[in-house]
Parts: sequence; C-alpha cells; structure tokens
Amino acid sequence: MRYVDEFRDRDLCTDRLDAIRSVGAELGRHVKIMEICGGHTHTIYRNGLPGLLPDNIEFVHGPGCPVCVVPMGRIDDVRHLVENDGVVLCTFGDVVRVPGRNGSLLEAKAKGADVRIVYSPMDALDIARREADRVVVFLALGFETTTPPTAATILRARAEGVANFAVHCNHVLVNPAILAILEAPGQSIDAFVGPGHVSAIIGTGTYEYVPREWGKPFVVSGFEPLDLLQALEMILVQLREGRAEIENQYSRVVTPGGNSHAQALVDEVFEVRPHFEWRGLGSIASSALAVRPEFSDWDAEVRFDLPGVRLEDARACQCGEILKGALKPWQCKVFGTGCTPEHPIGSCMVSAEGACAAYYSYGSQGLRSDGTVAS
Amino acid sequence: MCLAVPGRLVDVEGSEAVVDLDGIRRRVSIMLLAEPPEVGDWVIVHVGFAISLLDPAEAEATLDLLRTAADLTDRGG
Ligand code: SF4
Repeated sequence: MRYVDEFRDRDLCTDRLDAIRSVGAELGRHVKIMEICGGHTHTIYRNGLPGLLPDNIEFVHGPGCPVCVVPMGRIDDVRHLVENDGVVLCTFGDVVRVPGRNGSLLEAKAKGADVRIVYSPMDALDIARREADRVVVFLALGFETTTPPTAATILRARAEGVANFAVHCNHVLVNPAILAILEAPGQSIDAFVGPGHVSAIIGTGTYEYVPREWGKPFVVSGFEPLDLLQALEMILVQLREGRAEIENQYSRVVTPGGNSHAQALVDEVFEVRPHFEWRGLGSIASSALAVRPEFSDWDAEVRFDLPGVRLEDARACQCGEILKGALKPWQCKVFGTGCTPEHPIGSCMVSAEGACAAYYSYGSQGLRSDGTVAS
Repeated sequence: MCLAVPGRLVDVEGSEAVVDLDGIRRRVSIMLLAEPPEVGDWVIVHVGFAISLLDPAEAEATLDLLRTAADLTDRGG
C-alpha cells in the first residue's frame, strides 16, 4: 500500500536501528521516551520494538488512547439514556466494550438496548434521517483528530434540520493531558514522541511549551515502524546534542499550523469545559470540549436529564498509573489473569491502542532478538 | 480508534469524495479540507472524513533522507 509499505521497509528499519544503537551507546545513560498517542503504542508493540532497542532506551506509554480515558460514569450516563429514554445509541466499535459500573454497552445491547456500532459520526446522522421516529444519540469521543468529524456532523445536522439527532460529547484535548503528566510528582520523562494525526489538525506549534518550559525534545511522528524509528533517532540526537526542540518527522501530513479550516469548525461548534474527569488521571482543568449553547438542540447533555454519574475507577485497575507512564502493563496484578481483552477490568485492556491490550496481544514479540522488524 | 490511513481520491462531488484505500473504495466527507481537493490527491482518512492532505513530495523527501543517510546521526552532529 502506497505511503505505508515504504515506511515498513526492513532494510531501512535495520539502518535506523543501527543508528539508534550507536547514538544510544554514546548517550550512555537510561532514557525514557513517552509516546503520547495510543496509535504509536500499538505500532511499538506490534513490531516488537522494545526488544530491538538498546537496554538504555525505554518507551513509556502515554495518555493518548481515547477509549482508555473515558470515565466509567460517562459510560453509565449513556447506558441510562439507551435503557431509559429509548434512544438509538451509536458509537465506535471498541467503545462498546469499555466497562461501566453495570457492565459495558455491549452487555446492555445483549439485554436488548439499541446500541449500534458505526464507522463515522455521519453514519449515525444517516440513521437519524432514516429512522425519523427515533432519537439517535452519537457517543462522541476522541482527541483532536476525531473532534472535527463530530463538529462537521453537527453542522450538517443543523443545516439539514435533523432534529432527532444529538451528540454526547466526550472529546478531550491532548495538551492539558501532556501538562498533567509533566506536572506529576516524580515525573522522569526525557522526551516525547508527539501524536501524528492530532498534530495534522492542531499543528506542531501548540507544543512549543514542552521544549521551552520543560526542556524536553518533542518529535511528531508518523505511525509506521520506520516513522517511529526515525523519530526516536531524532530525539536521541537532540538529547546527545543537548538540544530541546520541536521536530516534525511526519512532514508528509503534518504542518506547523495544522488544518486551520478544521480548527475553525471545531471552534464554531465546541467550547472548552472548565473541568473533565479522565479515567485514571482524575479531573483535569480545561481538558475537554462541550457543545456550545448555540447548538444545544444537538447536545444530548442538554436534551436529556442525565444522572451525571461520578465513579471511582475499579480498585484493582491501575490504568491511571499506566496512562501516566508510571507502570508497565505486566506490573498490574490482574494483567492477563483477571483482566484480558475478552473480559477487561480496565479500559486500557479494551482498545487496540491501550497499552495493556497492545502488550497482551503482541508483548511476547517484543522479545524477538534477530534484529528484524515485523511489518 | 484514532486509526487514520492514506488513500487516493478517485472522484470528487460537492462535499463528498470517493477514496481508494488500497483497493477498497469508500465515500468520505471532504468538509474538513480548506480547499476542495482534486481527483488524484492523497488524503488521510479518519472516521469517514478526509482530515488532511498527504504531500507526496514530502513523503519522497523523507524516504530519500532515509535511503541516503544510513547514519543520520552524522547530520551536523
Ligand atoms: S491490566 Fe487491566 S486492570 Fe490492570 S491496568 Fe491494565 S486495564 Fe487496568
């Protein structure tokens, strides 16, 4: 596949690994690099990168798995909607498996609730058009990559006057999460791999504070193994030279200013919430979006009386520590025993982008030692 | 869920386009692109939307760098 296969080339990956080993050796100290985006976590495990890197280079996984950070209470709120208000609830495939207090949306569906999996928010709007006698609620979540599609769908619903459609908004912002991690006591991250597709929307300029105020290199990366290896090498070179800058490995898609048209649509439809509860990370100020009052006809939180459930995370689950990069999946006591992708206790085990699920599926490959990178 | 993949536009019609994703054709919205794209353009597709263009010249430049510089680390180091 064009622009995918080229970035999985084994020989080129081997070259980059050699280069990484040599700069890693020159650095001569332990280096912790956080990949913020769950898509990167997935690439790292699927390709067995941890086993191929020198011992002193460690990836720690960040908070950028959108399905992982939706708190249990928000799942229970929409479950209440679908079970008590008779709405059609539409959302993305992996979201339906996220555990709520009384089980997941998939379990609600098994008991007869009208929960439907869609590929795009536009598909949910289509259902509303086709089933005019039902109210269709789209459970929206995701970082800045996924917010513009939701904004465009709400704008379309307004333009066409589709009154039986609403959005339950859980869109979150990446920078407040990065800042929460930087400010966490005992944080020992040396550098960041920046998210690729979030940056396609918001641009690389928004991360300026990371090198400037925290002195840490920040390299935005694509999602193929060669992309990540090149980004890692760019980080190591910065560390070796004592530089801390923003660099853009993913220049084929990402620009400094991002997609300003998409930013404008988001701004038209959404406003920043004062606080939002993240699963595992707790309440973070100004870290999520809500539908603007002008669009309240399409805002499920305004249209329905929601319980507004606030719940503690499951006690056994250490997703919070995983999302902050403080623990590795296998260090959680229930990993692989009480908690598996079939029966997740925490949300990090649900999505393919969650560190626990990625490690569960591909972790053993990380021990490969023949110097090759799977594609 | 954040999965986004490159595809090539094979048809553009108003605010929608048909994109070829490695042999699979899919209708996507192009509402998020500032300028209407053209047939043949490469885009990144996410949840049914083209979220940005992919610049083939930049892709080639990145690959050229990777092919020629077996050791990037010498760059000005
Ligand atoms: S293994 Fe399961 S319970 Fe433990 S941190 Fe991961 S998701 Fe949470």
